[in-house]
Amino acid sequence: MRAVQFTLSRLLQGLALVLAVVVLNFVLVHAAPGDPVETIAGASGGMSEELKAALRVQYGLDKPLAAQLGVYLGKVAGGDLGYSYFFNLPVAGLIAERVPATLLLVITAVLGAFVIGTVLGVLSSRKPNGLLSQFINTLSLVGFAAPVFWTGIMLVILFASVLPIFPVSGMRAIDSAGASGFTDALDVLHHLVLPALTLGLVYLAQYSRLSRASMLDVLGSDFIRTARAKGLSNRVVLYKHALRNAVLPVVTILGLQFGNVMAGAILVETVFNWPGLGRLAFESVLRRDYPTILGVLLFSSIVVVVMNLLTDYCYRLIDPRIKTS
Amino acid sequence: MKSTVPVERPWLEALRMFARNPSAIGGMVLLASVLAVALLGPWLMPADPFEIAAAPLTPPFSAEAWLGTDYLGRDVLTTLIHGGRATLLVGVVAALLSVVIGITLGAMAGYYGGRVDSALMRVTEFFQVLPALLFAMVVVTLFSPTLVTVTLAIGIVSWTGTARLTRAEFMKVRGLEFVRAERAIGARDARIIWKVILPNAFPPLVVSATLAVGAAILFEAGLSFLGLGDPNQMSWGLMIGSSRQYVLTSWWAVAFPGVAIFITVLAVSLIGDGLNDALNPKLRER
Repeated sequence: MRAVQFTLSRLLQGLALVLAVVVLNFVLVHAAPGDPVETIAGASGGMSEELKAALRVQYGLDKPLAAQLGVYLGKVAGGDLGYSYFFNLPVAGLIAERVPATLLLVITAVLGAFVIGTVLGVLSSRKPNGLLSQFINTLSLVGFAAPVFWTGIMLVILFASVLPIFPVSGMRAIDSAGASGFTDALDVLHHLVLPALTLGLVYLAQYSRLSRASMLDVLGSDFIRTARAKGLSNRVVLYKHALRNAVLPVVTILGLQFGNVMAGAILVETVFNWPGLGRLAFESVLRRDYPTILGVLLFSSIVVVVMNLLTDYCYRLIDPRIKTS
Repeated sequence: MKSTVPVERPWLEALRMFARNPSAIGGMVLLASVLAVALLGPWLMPADPFEIAAAPLTPPFSAEAWLGTDYLGRDVLTTLIHGGRATLLVGVVAALLSVVIGITLGAMAGYYGGRVDSALMRVTEFFQVLPALLFAMVVVTLFSPTLVTVTLAIGIVSWTGTARLTRAEFMKVRGLEFVRAERAIGARDARIIWKVILPNAFPPLVVSATLAVGAAILFEAGLSFLGLGDPNQMSWGLMIGSSRQYVLTSWWAVAFPGVAIFITVLAVSLIGDGLNDALNPKLRER
């Protein structure tokens, strides 16, 4: 019963956050100088005043701000994010079209980094000053300091000219139209290697260091000594007792980070022409396509809220002591 | 004298620890060189970084251009030296801004607790939910990209970590005896917050502020790489972004500015790690 209440209140909080994001973005867009109709007119090489006025009416820009906000909120609640000024298509559809590519990229990168990083952390914790530990220290420094878009471009140089075994642009080969399911999947995976590697390296650097520190921390505690004193094998102590506790901080960071995973996605998708949400956002910002920008911002914030809720949930699965307080 | 007695001047002891740490000193040296080049550069290389210096796509290590020229014939070394100024300036000021916002809000939340705390934490959560880069991109585009808007945008989206850290430190300290003693002798809240509690929360905050500088530099580089920085201001990110399409014919125009960003951020994080070891000795074994 208490768990239900807790979940409900968290859901309400999340809803309030999303609502605040909608209002803020709306206010920002309307506080800025310039008007989308002028932008459209500029892009299409001049337009008569009558046409501009007609467009303003069509997009509802002639109504008072409060009314526009009300209309926008009402539509968002119904899943309608408006029409893109640039594509003249529903924003919700545009986003839905781009989501799978971004999800594929982000999940591959983050999950891969999480698994490899945890393994590296555990292995290195057995020898705190060993070679692997030093490698992790170096990796975490390098992974933080190298700008992700630059790493990506360096990989492009390497794999486009020196070692052309992976494609460096797009998600499918140009001549792949009509390919069967399996060939198509292979093609996508082939294109996924470099973008996922670029994005994953950033997270691998963090997770390996974090899980190493966390493992060392846990291995020094009393219950580990007890477990060893009971005569449990090293393997059981490491993987059943220590790892379960050591993985908590990593999961926290993993959940908190979904807020800035979007940043990585924008940069990496731009470098590799990956047809995802990040590139849609970037291109919409350049085109001043306000409904699309608002839609992507809103969608990303909803994803973050949902991920935070899921993290909480995972947290309680891993550590049953954490009650709904 | 050997310091077998408890340390009386912890700052001095921390400084000694820091000076004995080779990677921290390495970071200091790197950062000092980057700063020196950025400050003195325009006197060493007085040419306009936007000006054409030699034939386009001149390869590096040639007589006309030591680090080559880009697709427009601009000298990479000159642009590199001039570009560092914007990147460093924006990085440092934006980080300072984020630290000031973070410490102020975090201190109020942690000190007053209750309603103030929950209100401020809602604001913090709100900014954590916003996708930072995307939001900064929108702000910069809406209000025309200049050094000021870019700095503000970065500062506004990156203070939440500092706020949470400050809040946690304040909550730890606010109930301790020496704080209660201050309150008993009638000290005002402002004095207790800034003069009594904040100095005690300093060690972790100094480390997080250092790392914030590195993060802000990367953030600025990302924005200008996307072409959303100040277009009249040469910067490392802009160099990479504008030469990106020509990368297969002129790798040097992209590689060198990236190395510059890498070295700068690396230096800052080495210093941050060194400070962490020196100021938070309990964690030293790691």
